[in-house]
Amino acid sequence: MRIALFITCVNDLMYPDTGKAVVSILERLGHAVDFPAAQTCCGQMHANSGYRAEAMPMVRGFVDTFRRYDAVVAPSGSCVAMVRDSYPRLALGDPALEAAVAEVAPRTYEFAELLVDVLGVTDLGAVFPHTATYHPTCHGLRMLRLGDKPLTLLRAVRGLELRELAGAEECCGFGGTFALKNAGVSAAMLADKCGAVDSTGAEYVVAADNSCLTHIGGGLSRRAASTAKPIHYAEILASTGSAQ
Amino acid sequence: MSHGTGNIVALRPFPDAARLELDDAQLRANLRRATHTIRDKRLRVVGEVDDWEDLRRSGAAIKDDVLARLPELLEQFEESATRAGAVVHWARDAAEACDVVTRLVRETAAREVVKVKSMATQEIGLNEALAAVGIEATETDLAELIVQLAEDTPSHILVPAIHYNRSQIRDIFRSRMPGVAAGLTDDPPALAEAARTHLRAKFLSATVGVSGANFAIADTGTLVVVESEGNGRMCLTLPQTLISVVGIEKILPTFAELEVFLQLLPRSSTGERMNPYTSMWTGVTPGDGPQTTHVVLIDNGRTATLEDEVGRQALRCIRCSACLNVCPVYERVGGHAYGSVYPGPIGAILSPQMTGAGANKTLPYASTLCGACFDACPVRIDIPQVLVHLRQKGPKPAAERAAFRSLSWIMRDRRRYAAALRAARRGSAPLRGFGRLRRLPWPASAWTDSRDVPLPPKQTFREWWTKR
Ligand code: SF4
Repeated sequence: MRIALFITCVNDLMYPDTGKAVVSILERLGHAVDFPAAQTCCGQMHANSGYRAEAMPMVRGFVDTFRRYDAVVAPSGSCVAMVRDSYPRLALGDPALEAAVAEVAPRTYEFAELLVDVLGVTDLGAVFPHTATYHPTCHGLRMLRLGDKPLTLLRAVRGLELRELAGAEECCGFGGTFALKNAGVSAAMLADKCGAVDSTGAEYVVAADNSCLTHIGGGLSRRAASTAKPIHYAEILASTGSAQ
Repeated sequence: MSHGTGNIVALRPFPDAARLELDDAQLRANLRRATHTIRDKRLRVVGEVDDWEDLRRSGAAIKDDVLARLPELLEQFEESATRAGAVVHWARDAAEACDVVTRLVRETAAREVVKVKSMATQEIGLNEALAAVGIEATETDLAELIVQLAEDTPSHILVPAIHYNRSQIRDIFRSRMPGVAAGLTDDPPALAEAARTHLRAKFLSATVGVSGANFAIADTGTLVVVESEGNGRMCLTLPQTLISVVGIEKILPTFAELEVFLQLLPRSSTGERMNPYTSMWTGVTPGDGPQTTHVVLIDNGRTATLEDEVGRQALRCIRCSACLNVCPVYERVGGHAYGSVYPGPIGAILSPQMTGAGANKTLPYASTLCGACFDACPVRIDIPQVLVHLRQKGPKPAAERAAFRSLSWIMRDRRRYAAALRAARRGSAPLRGFGRLRRLPWPASAWTDSRDVPLPPKQTFREWWTKR
């Protein structure tokens, strides 16, 4: 199977370790991973902020770059949701693009979907002797219906103690440009999320999206009482424990 | 196409209005408690229904069919209602609707009317219009009465006084309700009894009732009101004259479709399996109930909303308020921040469409697109989709547009993009010792006011990939 890695713009610049984790896990499972250098960004921020015309070159770019692969994987629920859920709508009215999107979109997977649904693995032999609490991100939860696929993978990790997060399914308040346009409301939502994370007492707050983790982590690091560190679940799954 | 007017136009941009509400800790506590209570109840009773998803799909399909042939169904409704003895009036906007109702009340020579809770009359600002000609309108729904006594505006579609707690309500009753006992406690039964006593006199003396309608059946000309307290039934049966203000999208083709909505509505709105009172009336029945019935069908921006292929799904809305109760933004700021009688997620897409994009232009941004509203909506209105659509259609700040344009120019090309990533990594290198940034200049200060920013690590992913 020809698996292509879509690394997403946030991960490329800010969280290369998440991408490295995905590569190492897939290679450990015996799959060759390709990283097509032509990729840039999925265009979600543009499209969701109302700049459809400005997003379209990225939509076309994504489709051209990835259409020759059997599977595309990204460690970001919201970027995958953009491709699977929004691309078909954005392509409407352009038959060639519609056809290309219809080919690529269903083969684009969030990392846990690829592991659980496509490759059929749930235990990656990871070791991570720590406490963590899991925040299911909105797009993963409601657009992709990831359910507890990431949790299934995390439950198989040796040494990991998962603690329940109160109000887990509530949005952290990030929402892309929402955090800037409605900064006060966003901060109020963040404060509640950070409070819930704190009360678990866990060492890590885990999610399937580094952009939400940037928000939550940015809020936690402002609170004197907070100690939890943000981490993408792929990095936990890649951990063998030896480095800890 | 004419747009809507009345209490659907926000006077302040959402971020400004929201900021004021965010300062009110009591408000947030009240909202949090109330919305979480209804939300949990709703989840429980929805979970009992095996075919809930099918019901939602049926609800959506019925409404879409109605919207697709609205003119034909409206004519049919007018014909059957008239045949049954009702008088049907049409109003293009809020002002016209208020004129019609005011004239009808004046023709009866009544000085007061009793009202059944209705969003349509809130929308057109009917109480204010009646007051202007010396007619007193009394709200008979408990929560609506509280808001009226407080000289406040509703902050929730279904629970207009959701922003008050019990002791605040007791204080309002004590200071504003004529003849109330000085020792009134904040015990809910005591509060309800005080309201009941206050309202009974009104019910018995009023000769005109004013209502809205949840549904209007085209082939029989029947109007349907669904409620919990029984006050509505009093207003619908006791007065001589009944005037109902109804949005044109409330039509259902026949009684058969009602079955679907009488299942969807109570479970979504109050978390009840069935609402306590469902009243239906068709024209007039000699010797029984009101002897004169009027129906005022209002457009007020609905036809304009119908024009938009993506946005028209907002007209499926049955005003259950489930989307408000699950919305994290609504929970923090309450209904007043939205500046329209339609608050929360549905308000964020309905108000701007009814008024046209200029007014309410900040409302489509009053959401993180978390999608909780879409999951809760009994008629499957894809609110996030419509929000994004309205953002795409609406006006945008010039500086923001320029920024997104240049970002798009960089991101559409791999070389420019890789160079930009490199530059961002290098540019922040001198700061790396700080770990995280605490303060950035405007506009990024909107972020750093309450959150830190991490700095990029030494190597981008693509740099690592090419070197490995
Ligand atoms: S949009 Fe849907 S959930 Fe919201 S009030 Fe209308 S019908 Fe209810």
